[in-house]
Amino acid sequence: MTRVYVPGDMAAVAVGADEVVAALAGEAAARGLTMEIVRNGSRGVFELEPLVEAQTSAGRIGYGRVSPQDIPGLLDAGMLDGGEHPARIGRPEDLPFLKRQTRLTFARCGIIDPASLGDYRAHGGWKGLERALATGGQAVVEQIKASGLRGRGGAGFPAGIKLETVRAASGARKFVVCNADEGDSGTFADRMIMEGDPFLLIEGLLIAAYAVGAAKGYVYIRSEYPFAVRAMERAIGAAYAAGFLGPDVAGSYFAFDLEVRVGGGAYVCGEETSLLESIEGKRGQVRAKPPLPAHEGLFGMPTAVNNVLTLAALPFVLSEGAKAYADFGMGRSRGTMPIQLAGDIKNGGLFETAFGVTLGELVDDIGRGTLSGRPVRAVQVGGPLGAYFPRALFDTPFDYEAFAARGGIVGHGGVVVFNDSVDMAEQARFAMQFCAIESCGKCTPCRIGSTRGVEVIERIIAGERRAENLELLNDLCDTMKLGSLCALGGLTPLPVRSATTHFPEDFGLTAQPEPAE
Amino acid sequence: MAPNSAVRPWSAEHGGEIIARHDGQEGALLPILHDIQHEFGWVPDEAVAQAALTLNLSRAEVHGVLTFYPDLRRAPAGRRVVKLCQAEACQARGGRAVTAAAEAAIGVLLGATTPDGEVTLEPVYCLGLCASGPSALVDGRPVGRLDPAGVRRLLEAG
Repeated sequence: MTRVYVPGDMAAVAVGADEVVAALAGEAAARGLTMEIVRNGSRGVFELEPLVEAQTSAGRIGYGRVSPQDIPGLLDAGMLDGGEHPARIGRPEDLPFLKRQTRLTFARCGIIDPASLGDYRAHGGWKGLERALATGGQAVVEQIKASGLRGRGGAGFPAGIKLETVRAASGARKFVVCNADEGDSGTFADRMIMEGDPFLLIEGLLIAAYAVGAAKGYVYIRSEYPFAVRAMERAIGAAYAAGFLGPDVAGSYFAFDLEVRVGGGAYVCGEETSLLESIEGKRGQVRAKPPLPAHEGLFGMPTAVNNVLTLAALPFVLSEGAKAYADFGMGRSRGTMPIQLAGDIKNGGLFETAFGVTLGELVDDIGRGTLSGRPVRAVQVGGPLGAYFPRALFDTPFDYEAFAARGGIVGHGGVVVFNDSVDMAEQARFAMQFCAIESCGKCTPCRIGSTRGVEVIERIIAGERRAENLELLNDLCDTMKLGSLCALGGLTPLPVRSATTHFPEDFGLTAQPEPAE
Repeated sequence: MAPNSAVRPWSAEHGGEIIARHDGQEGALLPILHDIQHEFGWVPDEAVAQAALTLNLSRAEVHGVLTFYPDLRRAPAGRRVVKLCQAEACQARGGRAVTAAAEAAIGVLLGATTPDGEVTLEPVYCLGLCASGPSALVDGRPVGRLDPAGVRRLLEAG
């Protein structure tokens, strides 16, 4: 029986994948064709979604941007055997966008049936867990430290050190928590993994839990990701049924329970202490650090809080060895980064590659410039708290330190492209407004500063005493940066200052002194 | 997910059953409030009192949690809920024009419900569909590649 793949990924469904499946099933029934329709994850080439693939003797053959109306014609053209058609793109893995990637974390995403444990194992699943269980917790920590893996949520803290801290901490119970509150605009890698390869995240959580000695874990998923919530709940159910979760994980006597928690639409809950408060059933207000969650985290117990991509990198590190991972990358940024190309870009999507690729390569070469055809003016990297980069900084390599040296952040790897119609004063105002909307309210610089920031920028836009108000804005940015409890208030000055520094003409200014650090 | 017209009217007995399902769960308040809203479309004051009593919290504490999370409603929404993404990646793809067209089409601003109770228009900050925007979530169903004409059709579809 022919297998046909139509992604069940939320972004594919948003552009008609479910309607394509209905048309395909209806037409198949009418023609007496038998086929198995698999709802895979997305390969991350969003320009081509819905991307339908037929399993043929020559491999999987893809048909891009398929609409329900295309189905009869596609079947007439012999789609099930890879027949010619204007929508035919050949083997997806031969697309330059996919061919140029180094997919370690996303190796299976878009290829396997995310609901199938059999598919997961057949494509190399559980090998990292098996290696971990065979070597012991301390050896697992050593491997992760040697891999150089840093937290992919944005802060870039060495993952092995964090796990080692939790392992060494004493507590009646310990927890691992997966931060799947992927709120940064321009990012969707966590969502794609949860929808397209959920057992990978479960395996990563098991490895982390085994390393630190935790018996319970939570996956905190934002409510804006209903498909990811369903996919994770389904995968957790299947993992329990197959003995990969519960009192005796894979026959090892290691016990681990895992539960999904759904957020409430608050961006700040992506901050780890706010996230822990939310799991405890409280308002998602940030905690002062110290104590670090590694010492006193969830319910006051030692807790490892890690991003989806950090945990999803662990199975590779364990199964292939720390060196295989560390061999990729540059400087202190080791391994690969799933970069997400978004906004006004022709070839947007998920691009996993070794650290070191430049912003210009990503935008102009891999992303092929803007979708609108207008010139690129600014690129925001790292979500709403990331800096706006002008074309002059396109030689910046994707590397934690290189971005920091240019006043930016890599963050969670989101790259949002803006064309020349963008008003950077409005973007700066929006950054402050977003902070005002999303502030948890606990600290004054963030709660009040963001609202004052909106007002000051509005005065600058209106042409009121521009130089004085700009000085005031700079002062306010210092207060927020230095005085806020967490990254929301602390990093909002990044997009604001990058806008005034690199695009002063949008604020009615001709020249702007560099902000004092 | 069905339109909000599919939700049930509040019943204290049923609310109590929902809360009881979370017996023994640590940090159960947010999951309880989600379940209450899923069933009834909003979180009535009676549910706040019930949850407070069951979890041994003050009503003020439950109220504090309820009002912290933008997802949770203290009043019923319109029959349809249309969430339009306002975040940067959708802005870069023409999201502001889509929002303006939606507001003009039904005559209410983001965050409001039409006077006939038909549509609630809400902002959402990123749906993770950032290479396929501008995006929306319509009664839980994702929609991408919107333009002003597309969002008008969506709102007229009923």
